[in-house]
Amino acid sequence: MTGRKPRGAITVEAVHMTMKFGDFTALDDVSIKIRAGSFHALLGENGAGKSTLVKCIMGFYHATSGEMLVEGFDAQMTDPKAAQELGLGMVYQHFTLVPSLTGAENLVISRADVPAVIDWRAERARLDAFMQTMPFSVPLDQPVSRMAAGEKQKLEIVKQLYLGNRFLILDEPTSVLTPAEADEVLGYVRAMTRAGEITVLMITHKFREVTAFADEVSILRRGQYVGGGKVGEISIEEMSRAMMGAAPEVSERNRAETVKTPVLTLKGVKAVDSSGLKTIEIDAVTLHSGEILGIAGISGNGQMELMEILTGQRRLTGGEIRLNGQPFGMTRAEARAHKLRYLPEEPLRNACAPRMSVAENLAFRMFDEGPGGRSAFWKDGRAIARNATALIEAFKVKTASPAARIASLSGGNVQRAVLGRELSGEVDALIVSNPCFGLDFSAVSAIRDRLIEARNTGTAILLISEDLDEIMELSDRILVMSEGRVSFETPIETANVTELGQHMAGHG
Amino acid sequence: MDPVDIGLWGVPLAILGGAIRVSTPFIFVSLGECLTERSGRINLGLEGTLVFGAMSGYAMAYETGSPFIGVLAAAVAGMLFGLFHGWICKFEGVNDIAVGIAMMLFGMGLAFFLGKPYIQPVAPDLPAIGFGWWSDIPQVRAALQVNVLFIAGGILALVMAWMFRSTRVGLVVRVVGDSTDAARAIGLNPDVVRLLATGAGGALAGVGGAYLSLYYPGSWSEGISSGQGLMAVALVIFARWNPINCFWAALLFGGAGALGPALQSVGVSEGYYLFFAAPYVLTLGLLILTSSPDRAMQGAPLALSLTK
Ligand SMILES: Nc1ncnc2c1ncn2[C@@H]1O[C@H](COP(=O)(O)OP(=O)(O)OP(=O)(O)O)[C@@H](O)[C@H]1O
Ligand SMILES: [Mg+2]
Repeated sequence: MTGRKPRGAITVEAVHMTMKFGDFTALDDVSIKIRAGSFHALLGENGAGKSTLVKCIMGFYHATSGEMLVEGFDAQMTDPKAAQELGLGMVYQHFTLVPSLTGAENLVISRADVPAVIDWRAERARLDAFMQTMPFSVPLDQPVSRMAAGEKQKLEIVKQLYLGNRFLILDEPTSVLTPAEADEVLGYVRAMTRAGEITVLMITHKFREVTAFADEVSILRRGQYVGGGKVGEISIEEMSRAMMGAAPEVSERNRAETVKTPVLTLKGVKAVDSSGLKTIEIDAVTLHSGEILGIAGISGNGQMELMEILTGQRRLTGGEIRLNGQPFGMTRAEARAHKLRYLPEEPLRNACAPRMSVAENLAFRMFDEGPGGRSAFWKDGRAIARNATALIEAFKVKTASPAARIASLSGGNVQRAVLGRELSGEVDALIVSNPCFGLDFSAVSAIRDRLIEARNTGTAILLISEDLDEIMELSDRILVMSEGRVSFETPIETANVTELGQHMAGHG
Repeated sequence: MDPVDIGLWGVPLAILGGAIRVSTPFIFVSLGECLTERSGRINLGLEGTLVFGAMSGYAMAYETGSPFIGVLAAAVAGMLFGLFHGWICKFEGVNDIAVGIAMMLFGMGLAFFLGKPYIQPVAPDLPAIGFGWWSDIPQVRAALQVNVLFIAGGILALVMAWMFRSTRVGLVVRVVGDSTDAARAIGLNPDVVRLLATGAGGALAGVGGAYLSLYYPGSWSEGISSGQGLMAVALVIFARWNPINCFWAALLFGGAGALGPALQSVGVSEGYYLFFAAPYVLTLGLLILTSSPDRAMQGAPLALSLTK
């Protein structure tokens, strides 16, 4: 199992790495050394090239130029397998577990020396013994597609350790975890680096994680190395200045008094989740104009299904949804008439056509609307281009060109593009799910500013988020979802994190 | 032995016998398609492969005098077709469904062209094993004449199910079929895996074809296939990509196909042609009944262009 590779952390160094996609330079002559046994953080705004750098290190991309040194020796990273043989492993930003395979199957098949015939009984015994040495448990018999995001993330990390990798790259490992889960996972990872068992390179947007867990930090900006050093010797201000090119402005958010009238009401809403095993039941929820209603909950407790119900992706098996007093059937025409907009989670999958261009994706709300709101027959290329340029500019979307495929954008930039599209024009109601997932801090604060701004002008906002800090920061009222039901409600004035946490964990 | 009058009992008996006889090509083609689809690719060309397999199997059996060499030849021919399909699909921007349709027409056309000289000659049949020895009733004996390929198909279904669960090859195929990215991340080459899976699937379809020309109906003609290769695609979906279900689905389908002739044998002749549509109606009905607008299709390989 893990026996064949020598144990102990290793030093990995990337020298003069350059990566070009066409004429676009995503990585420009970056050199970075990660010492054996260190916990190294990689910072940078969205699209800075962090994922590109680590994918080059792992042999997933072939760098245009540059070299890799592992333990001081030249290493050819021709493909991920070569990297794996040297003990390098990576947890990607997008999950790479195989959805229909169980946890155990995923672990076993990722090994290099899978026997031709797998003796499951012996294999399970060995896996169980291995799991005993892990600080957290993961359900090994469930198909990955049924696991919650947190469980998948843990399984990804467990998988790397199971493979005996001694250099781990974690690409935003905590973006899908609750703060407590994140601390648990990172704490354990750090303990392993301290013990000299592994070296870790972690991409993150959270300074808290850098200062609490990392030893060293490197910062990328527009594909270039712009600074770094030992954590503790470099201040948060210095780090953020290096990332952004300037210190971020701390914006004052003011909550204006708003008129609150009911906009969206859910009554006795019932639905079945995609496995057909769990049900979602929401007795009564009302969203008012001029308020942000936060829905907190640990991932996998029905929030995703709620979002799918509201976007019309999931069929209701009972109950009623009303929008401005009228029954709402989640059609595009109704949403348009009532000025209802959405920002679903994983926008690339749920709100984009990945192979279409950025400009086309940005036009999804306007391409079929002619002057005066009548429906248009001919496509107006110039209006689409104008709309795209304006939104790219206003929301600072980093893209090689408006004609680039939206799938080629970095995770954070897809998020910005979709938010820009959904917030354009007049918006009376907005339903958002994890809007800041994977965004750098300046984008996070820009998006939160926009949400508050929209609220102040009377927009009703339903904010579904797994980030409790975000809920606490933005909401006027908070609901907690647990096991498909709303288990708790409180106005922000009386909300407290401990109590919310208990309800989220299902001990109300 | 003279036929004994067994009355209405003749109907289920004829259906059973028919199911066993008619289902064999379905078993092979659907198992082949199941393997290919599990790797994340659709091969709609199996109809062409089936017909070509029927032709080449018949021709080789005739030339060598051994039906088993015929089956082997059909398998090799089918594998070549599958590999060709897999190789073309490797290229960027090539759609497996379109290639499949082209391959289907190509396979049929080539088989008709090369098979002209073999329409007249008689090739040796594949042997069958009589499981009806315990009975004196000739109808029972006839129904329980089980061809060796049917038995091989049943064993193959079991082996394939075991392979998907407990062998490296099986897991590799499932990984590739589920997520191309995940496969790359563990260092697998999805193109190679799909190429081989399509090749193996083609070989099985070829064997299915050989059964048609070497056992039932047992001669080579241009109308030998009645769309078995295409129906197998629907069977695989209905069987939810599970080899053992493929076996049962093929049997059910074969049984439905035998309904028409069975009723005719007891003298029901009204709506006779309608009963020939039974298998298709059955498939359609079952597909509708077992699908759901709320649940994700269980067991569907995620990298498949059908489910993407
Ligand atoms: N396959 C690709 N083709 C073209 N351009 C790409 C490709 N992959 C990345 N890019 C571009 O390279 C730049 C860097 O992307 P990368 O994914 O490395 O950013 P990142 O630092 O990881 O950002 P985030 O924090 O949003 O994940 C982006 O502008 C992106 O559009
Ligand atoms: Mg990234």
